[in-house]
Amino acid sequence: MSVLVPTSLDAARDALSANPSATVLAGGTDLMVEVNERRREVVDVIAVDRVAELRAWSHDPVSRTLTIGAAVTWSEIEDAPFLAWVPSLAQAARTVGSPQIRHAGTIGGNLGTCSPAGDGLPPLSALEAVVHLTGPGGERSLPFAEFMTGPKRNARAAGELITAVTVPVLRGPQGYAKVGVRNAMVIATAGVALVCDADAGGVRLALGSVGPVILRCPEAEAIVAAEADFAAGRLAEPALRAAAEAARAAARPIDDHRSTAAYRRHAVGVLTARLLRRAFPHD
Amino acid sequence: MTEATTEMYVLHVNGETREVRDAAPGESLLFVLRERLGLMGAKGACEQGECGSCSVLVDESLVCSCLVLAASAVGRRIVTVEGIAPPGAPTDVQQAFVDAGAVQCGFCTPGLVMATHSLLERVAEPTELEIREELSGNICRCTGYGRIIDAVQRVAVARRGGGA
Ligand SMILES: Cc1cc2nc3c(=O)[nH]c(=O)nc-3n(C[C@H](O)[C@H](O)[C@H](O)COP(=O)(O)OP(=O)(O)OC[C@H]3O[C@@H](n4cnc5c(N)ncnc54)[C@H](O)[C@@H]3O)c2cc1C
Ligand code: FES
Ligand code: FES
Repeated sequence: MSVLVPTSLDAARDALSANPSATVLAGGTDLMVEVNERRREVVDVIAVDRVAELRAWSHDPVSRTLTIGAAVTWSEIEDAPFLAWVPSLAQAARTVGSPQIRHAGTIGGNLGTCSPAGDGLPPLSALEAVVHLTGPGGERSLPFAEFMTGPKRNARAAGELITAVTVPVLRGPQGYAKVGVRNAMVIATAGVALVCDADAGGVRLALGSVGPVILRCPEAEAIVAAEADFAAGRLAEPALRAAAEAARAAARPIDDHRSTAAYRRHAVGVLTARLLRRAFPHD
Repeated sequence: MTEATTEMYVLHVNGETREVRDAAPGESLLFVLRERLGLMGAKGACEQGECGSCSVLVDESLVCSCLVLAASAVGRRIVTVEGIAPPGAPTDVQQAFVDAGAVQCGFCTPGLVMATHSLLERVAEPTELEIREELSGNICRCTGYGRIIDAVQRVAVARRGGGA
């Protein structure tokens, strides 16, 4: 077994291209659980948590975009400046695990695992993030909706590294809300992200833990976009209820050890209404 | 680029250079600390990041050592509860845990002491809610947390200059 600890993206990419079956390790908060439980064998490991390019982020005020390196941790994303640029993602970051988990766990690892319960994923879906990959075949970028292909399945090919995600910096309210059995350190029973684009009059809602992938809610989004007054922060109660009902209907939950499908669907309605009330305090 | 092989790699633990030889693939830092380096302070219970009893500092960041691949921590500064104070001279946090009665069986205590040091580095005067949130990754089966929160508050008050 060997563990490589590259500090540059070139070195990480070359190491992985030379050994495409090597395991990519970021914070280890998903991977090491599997290793400890003997569900996953690791032989050769490439640790990316010291790769300078993956640890960086950049804000481009001209294109109004933010590019976040794959090895940026949740404890970094939960605070300023991310809180101002991408509030829904920062709020989601704050709900991940515990301080220990957030210090180690990364946005790239959340994408690598691609659990439908990954808290980073509904905001990335609602922000229409672009996921950047690099590998033996060169670089490519995919919309989040094409990146996540199923529960714990994504479009990353063997030998590819997730390098970063790019998200727009939008004007308008955002939020992330989740329910679970505790207030902290809990996997979401259901999670909802709301992102508004006040300049375009657009609204995006994305649901986590209630389908095989993160689900968008076009009907609910259309109701809010048509009825909301962004400048006044106003959304009439009947429209808000109709949107929450449409989000409920968009969920495709299953019964499992964490929750019944019926409860998950109910939670989606409650969380959607809650986020809309916060975003549009006046009815 | 650093390369660690399981035949031999070097960790920096509590200010010392420690060699790890003939390790098995996939060994966690918790395992290496306890089973190879004889440092029993960090405790292992869940080995899935849930209980926090294995909390240590890696480059000043509080993490679960059960989720750190030991060989990937080469070149990092690792501090365990053994490394925060010499024997017989507890830190203010350790003393406050004793004084407040925040230790019963003691299994969670090393992790909570590390978490409390980390918390007070970042937030000098945490509210009760902040303490609860910051310590949410450390589970205690005995105390009911009241006295642990009390201990954290005592340290914050004492560091501020003693008065209430
Ligand atoms: C106690 C506990 C609580 C948790 N709570 C939550 C929670 O509330 N919400 C939540 O969403 N998650 C939670 N998680 C899961 C986990 O913390 C997150 O998914 C985290 O974002 C994973 O990041 P990581 O850096 O630790 O990934 P790792 O474990 O290092 O990697 C995860 C996967 O991604 C791959 N990978 C990582 N980085 C890259 C890259 N740059 N390129 C290609 N592949 C890569 C790895 O090969 C691996 O397959 C929890 C985990 C634990 C142990
Ligand atoms: S043993 Fe590491 S968190 Fe429980
Ligand atoms: S004192 Fe026993 S687990 Fe905390």
